[in-house]
Amino acid sequence: MKLSRKAKRNMAGYTFILPNLIGVILFTFIPIVYSLIISFTNWDFTKGFGNWNWVGFKNFVDIWSDKWFVDSLKNTIVFAVVVVVFTLIIALVLAVVIDRFCYAKTPIRLALFMPYISNVVAVAIVWVMMYSSWGPFTQMVKKLGVDNPPQWLGDYKWSLPSVIIMTIWGGIGYAVMIYTSAIQGLPRDVYEAAEVDGAGEIRKFFALTVPFLSPTTFFLVVTTLISSFQVFAPIQLMTRGGPGSSSSVLVYYIYQSAFSFYKMGYASAMSWILFILLFIVTMIQWKQQKKWVSY
Amino acid sequence: METVVKKNYHRNTQKYKKTLVKILITIIVAIVGFTMIIPFLWMLSASFKISAEVMELPIRWIPKHFTPNNYKAVWNIGKSAARDYHFGLSYFNSLKIAFINLFGAVLTSTMAGYAFAKINFKGRNILFLGYLATMMIPQQVTLIPKFVMFSKLNLIGTHLTLILPGIITVTGTFLMRQYFMQIPEELKESAYIDGANEFQIWARIMVPVAKPSMASLAMIVFLWNWNNYQEALVFLADWRLYTIPVSLTNFIEETSTQYNLIMAASASALIPVFVVFLAGQKFFVKGLMAGAVKG
Repeated sequence: MKLSRKAKRNMAGYTFILPNLIGVILFTFIPIVYSLIISFTNWDFTKGFGNWNWVGFKNFVDIWSDKWFVDSLKNTIVFAVVVVVFTLIIALVLAVVIDRFCYAKTPIRLALFMPYISNVVAVAIVWVMMYSSWGPFTQMVKKLGVDNPPQWLGDYKWSLPSVIIMTIWGGIGYAVMIYTSAIQGLPRDVYEAAEVDGAGEIRKFFALTVPFLSPTTFFLVVTTLISSFQVFAPIQLMTRGGPGSSSSVLVYYIYQSAFSFYKMGYASAMSWILFILLFIVTMIQWKQQKKWVSY
Repeated sequence: METVVKKNYHRNTQKYKKTLVKILITIIVAIVGFTMIIPFLWMLSASFKISAEVMELPIRWIPKHFTPNNYKAVWNIGKSAARDYHFGLSYFNSLKIAFINLFGAVLTSTMAGYAFAKINFKGRNILFLGYLATMMIPQQVTLIPKFVMFSKLNLIGTHLTLILPGIITVTGTFLMRQYFMQIPEELKESAYIDGANEFQIWARIMVPVAKPSMASLAMIVFLWNWNNYQEALVFLADWRLYTIPVSLTNFIEETSTQYNLIMAASASALIPVFVVFLAGQKFFVKGLMAGAVKG
């Protein structure tokens, strides 16, 4: 029997995607459905499989009166917004300055990039020590004349900002790399025309570079926002959400609820709240892309 | 004559001015770049210090009693350590998982990416849409079901918990598909007329031209795996299985205040990624641009 070309094509297509498809079904599709199901139950992992009751939307209602959840959600949003704004502003300025006015561009960019590729645990360890009472931060602040330097990670007000500072430090290199490749594609003739018209560097930056780079900025806002919403390791390693709930974030609280308290249903419900957050960001991206990008 | 000289003089001073400004800005930016790597330098310096010197104030950047003993203790070289931290084993585990997943993920992504781009099989578009949709689902949603699944299959306590999901990547499939989309249809058609089947076309024509993209993907997969913390933390329950990130956190708990040892361990953990990054800088950046969000 000879197969038609169409049948052959179908067979070839499915053979090629089969290993991949099995993996995606097993480790993505099924877990998603499973997670959705248990988010409507009161399942406690210690009580064993299947030993759960349907509770409807109870988990999704209860979380809003859970102080830890509400604080974690607030902290996550503050964390993400502050990280995005500072990372991108610093990175944009650095990328332009390095590209236009610097010698030794590549080594400088490499230095900026190192934190991004570093093992998050190793980086967190170093920063915990830098924030310690004998570390360089405390020393620096003391030298600036502050008698009572904050305890950084142990301080109610400073714990979240301390982690934010580290995250910005870690993310700048990536944003600089992305901006740099975009800058190299900018139309030169437009800049030359602006120079003929007597535009200075600052003016060129705001009138040309910023609008030209808006698609790149948009891409970076979305990717940085999404990864910041999912911050976990620095919090777990550096503050454990503390002191109190001052630096707890969504993913950390999900992790705690699931793997310390074994409240699988409750934790799954929270992970769907995280999904909704990411979904909103992605939708705004889809809708606003055309309006926001200004050329 | 005089005006020409004047003009030249004017032009030259302007040129000097420009060079001077450039040097100045380079210095400023270099300082910024330098502050970015201060945490690493601090870590490196502390890793060669004796215990008493680490917390000494003011900070001494070049160790007074330079010693490689911390590294010897961490790696248990010559059985010199007071106790064995099994750091070498964790290192081996990390490398093993990173390389298995790297080869697996590149293979499955290249196959599926090719099929999604170049074989017009039935249901392709619907399936691809399904793939794209999963990219919006945060890892944390699937983490709990995966944990439950693996416990049920008795896989908790094996490396398969990181390898089975690790050899499949939707982001990588997407990346490879985007690449194959750009390859002209004629290349495939002519081979088809010569009697090659889909597999031969993939292996002999498509894979060779896709090598740069595969290298980019390989690098980001290596980075994801080497730095994978949350999943390793949840799935690996035994020191024999620990990967570097988990091993490091465990190391901190065991050594508590022996910061010089912790710094030596952290420095050891960072080296492979720096080597990989420096060796394949261009591929790395390209891969990171495409796969900003892990998945």
